[in-house]
Amino acid sequence: MKGELPRWVDLGLLPAVNLLAALALSSLVVLAIGVNPLAALAILVRGAVGYPEAWGYTLYYATNFVFTGLAVAVAFHAGLFNIGGEGQAYVAGLGATLVCLGLDALPGFLVVPLAILAAAAFGAAWGAIPGWLQARRGSHVVITTIMFNFLASALMTYMLSNVLLDPTYGSPETRHFAPHATVWKLTDIAARFGFEAPRSPLNAATLLALAAAAFVWVYVWRTRAGYALRTVGANEQAARYAGIDPARTIIAAMAISGALAGLMAVNEVMGSQQRMVLAFTGGYGFVGIAVALMGRNHPVGVCLAALLFGALYQGGSDLAFEISTINRDLVIVIQGLVILFCGALENMFRPALAAFFARERAAA
Amino acid sequence: MEGVPALALAGVDKSFGAVHANRAIDLSVAQGSIHGIVGENGAGKSTLMGIAYGYYRPDAGTIRVDGRVVEISEPQDAIRAGIGMVHQHFMLVETFTVLENILLGAEGGALLARGEAEARAGLARLMAEYALEVDLDARVADLDVGAQQRVEILKALWRGARILILDEPTAVLTPQETDRLFALLAKWRDQGRTVLLITHKLREILAITDRVTVMRRGAVVATLETARTSQAELAELMVGRRVLLKVDKRAAVPGAEILRAEGLRHVDARGIERLRGISFAVHAGEIVGIAGVAGNGQSELIEALAGLKPLAGGRILFKGAPVDPPGSADACRSARARRIAHVPEDRLRMGLVASFAARESAILGYHDDADLGSGPFLDPDATRTRTNRLMEAFDVRPRLPELRSANFSGGNQQKLVLGREIDRDPELLIVGQPTRGVDIGAIEFIHRRLVDLRDAGKAILLVSCELDEILSLADRILVMFDGRIAGELPRAAADERQLGLLMAGVAAAA
Repeated sequence: MKGELPRWVDLGLLPAVNLLAALALSSLVVLAIGVNPLAALAILVRGAVGYPEAWGYTLYYATNFVFTGLAVAVAFHAGLFNIGGEGQAYVAGLGATLVCLGLDALPGFLVVPLAILAAAAFGAAWGAIPGWLQARRGSHVVITTIMFNFLASALMTYMLSNVLLDPTYGSPETRHFAPHATVWKLTDIAARFGFEAPRSPLNAATLLALAAAAFVWVYVWRTRAGYALRTVGANEQAARYAGIDPARTIIAAMAISGALAGLMAVNEVMGSQQRMVLAFTGGYGFVGIAVALMGRNHPVGVCLAALLFGALYQGGSDLAFEISTINRDLVIVIQGLVILFCGALENMFRPALAAFFARERAAA
Repeated sequence: MEGVPALALAGVDKSFGAVHANRAIDLSVAQGSIHGIVGENGAGKSTLMGIAYGYYRPDAGTIRVDGRVVEISEPQDAIRAGIGMVHQHFMLVETFTVLENILLGAEGGALLARGEAEARAGLARLMAEYALEVDLDARVADLDVGAQQRVEILKALWRGARILILDEPTAVLTPQETDRLFALLAKWRDQGRTVLLITHKLREILAITDRVTVMRRGAVVATLETARTSQAELAELMVGRRVLLKVDKRAAVPGAEILRAEGLRHVDARGIERLRGISFAVHAGEIVGIAGVAGNGQSELIEALAGLKPLAGGRILFKGAPVDPPGSADACRSARARRIAHVPEDRLRMGLVASFAARESAILGYHDDADLGSGPFLDPDATRTRTNRLMEAFDVRPRLPELRSANFSGGNQQKLVLGREIDRDPELLIVGQPTRGVDIGAIEFIHRRLVDLRDAGKAILLVSCELDEILSLADRILVMFDGRIAGELPRAAADERQLGLLMAGVAAAA
């Protein structure tokens, strides 16, 4: 068929070419401010995976991206573009915080699962409302999820500065959770067994992220509900014909999407910070869109893309730290270029590759 | 034939990736003739015409117009060379007036007034010359299909076309409108202009063309003098083997009443009444055919019966009991549960999901079946097993359950959909346009299966815009016009002329 690529090219070579293009352009930017791009790249790579703590941070960032990437992917299969991962994760933080602060009289084996459920439920609700508005009132989910990001931001600022504020602190954040009402960090687990693990925020939420990826795969491709979801996403008329209620399916998809984004709060609030701070979502929700695009909306791809973005985040921090002329903003430029090439311009090299492989096949 | 051909293609070759759509085509169209091109879907007719009109560039070969080699790399080149094309799906802006549509792309300057005044005078002349009257100030959306087609022809003429390519022009016309179009084409020919007619209706080829070229699998298999050929010969050339044009069937033995519609009314989203009180019945062991020009309420009727479209009035009885009010997902499910099967008119819009593997499209509507997995889970092996069985029983090729639905040919897609619905042993099969865009071999197969189902004592409601299909399959014929049943005829009493008058809303109920 015209324009179809071998699977390994589609899933492996094309993303690699995109990444190389992004790095090439980044090199020019780095060169322009008088830094040797190869040296910068070496620092970036070493900063991402070069020593044990780096691995901890890379995996910790990747965990956030897995959750937000999966959220975008699930919505995508239902034909929806959920740009509200940021807000859904933020509000989910409220759910987790309320349980962790309010119910910490309960033992850990109760309060932690309850807090995780609360995070998922709050995220689900924050996603389901735009879903409902789309399904029943025809308000486009792209518009409403963006608006819900702002609503979430305003709501959380209010909650943090007026309701949940720890009065002994000067900044808008809650008190620390009780130790039993948190998700274990790798350092804590290691300490319990008498080891010393590299210091990083890496915590058990990473396992939850892997479980979430497995759940998404099973749900989307191995259940009747997932079949309905994909049918609605691919052809709403066919879904109606098949007796599938598109409205119900859209609301369910947005709820699941919101819940997945919400689980990011488990990593960030319950695992890393162990309290809630202002704007803890830090843009992870938006990067999730690029992660899902690069991962082709498949859980395995999302995990790999999340790992890449996690490495970029961590390596970028080291880069900004080690080379004084490269500041945080320049690192964001580099990350932006990667998102641009792997996300927005994902298919730029496709025609050229397709032509190349068509010629190869013709020659063979 | 005499003189320099109006259009001559020599050695035209075109591939799309692995698909060799045109293989070294030689085609010569004489001046002042009507030349037919027939072939099954995928035979390469549309690609060839697309090359002549500049949509595709050929990999090899030359195009000559009036003996001169022309380079046609975009439609503008074709128009300049005097080639006009009327597409099967009209290329008109519905909200514009006729005049605005004709001027589109040929406005003759930044300000419209002057070009409009010139066009009015010129178009008046053309309309008088070719008996092509259309109201230039009417909005295209308000015109009927026949008039829209005349606008398309007028548009081509206005751009100076001397060679007119018509792609399946009669698909949307009543027999009377078809006659009118053919009269126009004949007049055109008598004035020395040239027509290329692409169609799959062999009757039309015999009625109007001077010569006919048959294509099969991307190649020209024959070019014949129309006067010296026959439907049977053309069909055989198209398919490459002998085909049965008439369905062999016994007289129907109608049994108990299965479906009864009483005064069905439907109002669409724009507030237009699409069904204005439809009543009829279908019995076990009979095929009731609904004829009519597309857009007279047939789509709304079958979708209401299948549970999809809500009713503004009336009721549907299945085996004597009223069904759930249609218009919801639940109604569709409950219709299926009662073993009312529905083969939708448009398989790509509704009947399957183009991006799904065949095994996923093969369970559309039945994804809750207990044998397809346990509890909430769907077992891919179970869907594969079912799909293999359907593909075997309904000769779907290639037999690849994992192949994307979109990569099957139209006929094989349709066999998959039909197989899926018949497989559930329905009491009533509602089937819309069962052979639209389906090749002759598959048409034969599909017709056979419908008759077999009837003979097994099932009720079938067949909606088709192909009069031939209705006439060869139906035991009883209803004609729909403007949301009403315009007439009912037993098959034996029906002839094409009378049906045509009913379809055009001219004759009252018989």
